[in-house]
Amino acid sequence: MPDYALELSNLSRHFHLKNGAFKEPTLLKAVDGISLRIRPGETLGLVGESGCGKSTLAKMILGLLEPTDGDVLINDKARSASSRLSMARQLQPIFQDPYSSLNPRKTIEQIIRLPLQLHKEGNKESQKKAVKDISDLVGLPERLLKQYPGQLSGGQRQRVAIARALILKPKILVCDEPTSALDVSVQAQILNLLMDLKKELGLTYLFISHNLGVVEHLVDKVAVMYRGKIVEQGTRDEIFQNAQHPYTKALLSSVLTPEPALGLPEVLDSSAWDSAQAS
Amino acid sequence: MSESTLSLNAATSGLPVVPEWRRIMNRVVGHRGLLLGSSILGVIVVLALLAPWIAPHDPFAQNISQRMIPPVWHDKGTWDHIFGTDKLGRDYLSRLLYGARISLSIGLLAALISGLIGTTLGVLAGYFGGRVDAVISYIITTRLALPVLLVALAMASLVGGGSVETVVVLLGLLLWDRFAVVARSTTQQLREAEFIASAKVIGASTSYILIRELLPNILSALIVVMTLEMAHAILLEATLSFLGLGVQAPMPSWGLMISEGKSYMFFKPWVIAIPGITLMLLVLAINLVGDGLRDMNAPEGRN
Repeated sequence: MPDYALELSNLSRHFHLKNGAFKEPTLLKAVDGISLRIRPGETLGLVGESGCGKSTLAKMILGLLEPTDGDVLINDKARSASSRLSMARQLQPIFQDPYSSLNPRKTIEQIIRLPLQLHKEGNKESQKKAVKDISDLVGLPERLLKQYPGQLSGGQRQRVAIARALILKPKILVCDEPTSALDVSVQAQILNLLMDLKKELGLTYLFISHNLGVVEHLVDKVAVMYRGKIVEQGTRDEIFQNAQHPYTKALLSSVLTPEPALGLPEVLDSSAWDSAQAS
Repeated sequence: MSESTLSLNAATSGLPVVPEWRRIMNRVVGHRGLLLGSSILGVIVVLALLAPWIAPHDPFAQNISQRMIPPVWHDKGTWDHIFGTDKLGRDYLSRLLYGARISLSIGLLAALISGLIGTTLGVLAGYFGGRVDAVISYIITTRLALPVLLVALAMASLVGGGSVETVVVLLGLLLWDRFAVVARSTTQQLREAEFIASAKVIGASTSYILIRELLPNILSALIVVMTLEMAHAILLEATLSFLGLGVQAPMPSWGLMISEGKSYMFFKPWVIAIPGITLMLLVLAINLVGDGLRDMNAPEGRN
C-alpha cells in the first residue's frame, strides 16, 4: 500500500496571455506551486472561488494538461512516466456537466462499456454483465441502458458518468464540481451515492467544489485555494471551526443559509486577504 | 427500442407518447421543401438506375433519316421519340436517362472525394489547433482564393479532359473547401467537450477519439454540405462538358447535350431546353434536400 494515493509536488501551470502582436504577453499563474497529499481512503475537499485554478489543477491531475512545473504522483508513480492506459485504471474523473460528459450519439450501455473495450477486458458477454452490475451499483435502472443520453435526466446522466468512472475499478476519483449542474434535490442523491460508494469500494476522493456547504458533509480534509495557491489546509474541523486565513473566513461567511433571518452574507473587501497573501 | 422508449417517456414526462420514428416522419412530411426535393430526386435516381430497361432506344444509335424530330407535343412529334431526336438522330429521352447516370455518379463521387479530403483536413485543424491549424487554414484560404471553374478548365485542358473518371477526380480535388471549413469549426466547438476529455482519461487513442467520438457528432452537418457540393459538382460537370473539357462525345452528358444543341437554339429551342430543365430540376431537388436536412438538424425545429 502506498503512503499517498495522490501526491502533488510543487505543481504549476502558467499561461502566456497574448495582448496583441507587438505587446509583451502577460504571464498568468493559473496554478502556482501547489503541493497536496491525499492518503488512501481519504477525501480531500478543494475549495475556492471561480477562476482560482481548481479546474486547471484537475486537468493536470487527469493528464489533460501538461504541468509547467512539478509532477503528479498517483500511488507513488509519476503521471508523466506512466502510460495513459495504466493511469486510467487508477484514477478516473467525474465532470461537472453531465450534459456534455456523455457522447450524445452513443447509448448508455456503449458509454459505460467503452473503458472495458479500450482496455480489452473480457469478452462481449462479460463486459455487458459488468455494465449491468455497475449500473445496479450506482442505481441506474437497466431499462435505461439502451437509451441515449438525451433521453435521461441530469441525475441519471451523472449516475452514468459515475458508472463509467468506476467500471475499471480505480481507487481514486477526481470529482470536479460533480453536483453544481444538478438541481438541489438531485445533488443530495448524487452526494449520498458518492459517499456510499466510498464506503463500499474504499475509494479516495479529491472533491473540487466552490460550495462549502457541500464539502462540509463529505470531506475529511479541506484545502482552500486562492489565485492559484493553497492558502490554508487542514482537517474539516480545523477549517470550519477555526479558520486562520482571512480568505477562508470570507469564504465561510459567504455560505448561504436556509434561515431567512440571517439575510444575505456579508461580502468582504478582498484587500484583507490580498495583503495576507502578500505577507 | 420503441417499447422501452414508450415506458420511459410515459413514466418520466407524462406527455403523450410519440415514437421516435413517427416524430421524425412528422417533421419530414411537414417540411414541404424536403418532401418536394426528395421526391424529385427519388424519381430521377430511380429513372437513372432503371435506364437500361426503360430507355426506348439505344442512346448511342444514330439514324440520319430521323434527325431533329421535335418532341411529342409538337405537331410533327411522334410517340416513338417522346423528347425527339438530336442532330444525329439519337433518341433524346434515352440520352437524358443515361445522362442522369453520369450526372448523379459524378456528383456523388466528386462530393465523396472532396468530403474525405475536406473532413480530414478540417477535423485535424479543429482538433489539434495551433500550428496544425495555421498550416491547414493556410491551405484552405489558398484553395478559397482560386476560382474553381478557372482551375478546373486549366487542369482539364492540361490532362486532356475526357473521361468521367478525370472529371470526378478533378472536381473531387477542388470542392473540399466547404467540408474543411465546416468540419473545422464544428470540431473546435466539440474539442473541449467533457465527453472528449473523458475518453482521453479512459485511455482512448487520438484516432479513436477523432473517428469514434468526434466524427459521429459532426456528421449531420457534413451531410448537409455533401448535398450542396453534389449539386455544385453536377453543375460544374455540365459546365465543363458544355465547354468541351468535361465528358466527351458520344457520352450522353447533359452539359454536352446542351453544347451540341446550341447552334439550333433559335429555331429548335427544345434541343437545349429539355436537358437544361432536367439539369435545373436535379440541382434544385438536391439543394432542397440539403436545405431540408439542415432544417431537420437545427435544434429550434425539434418536436
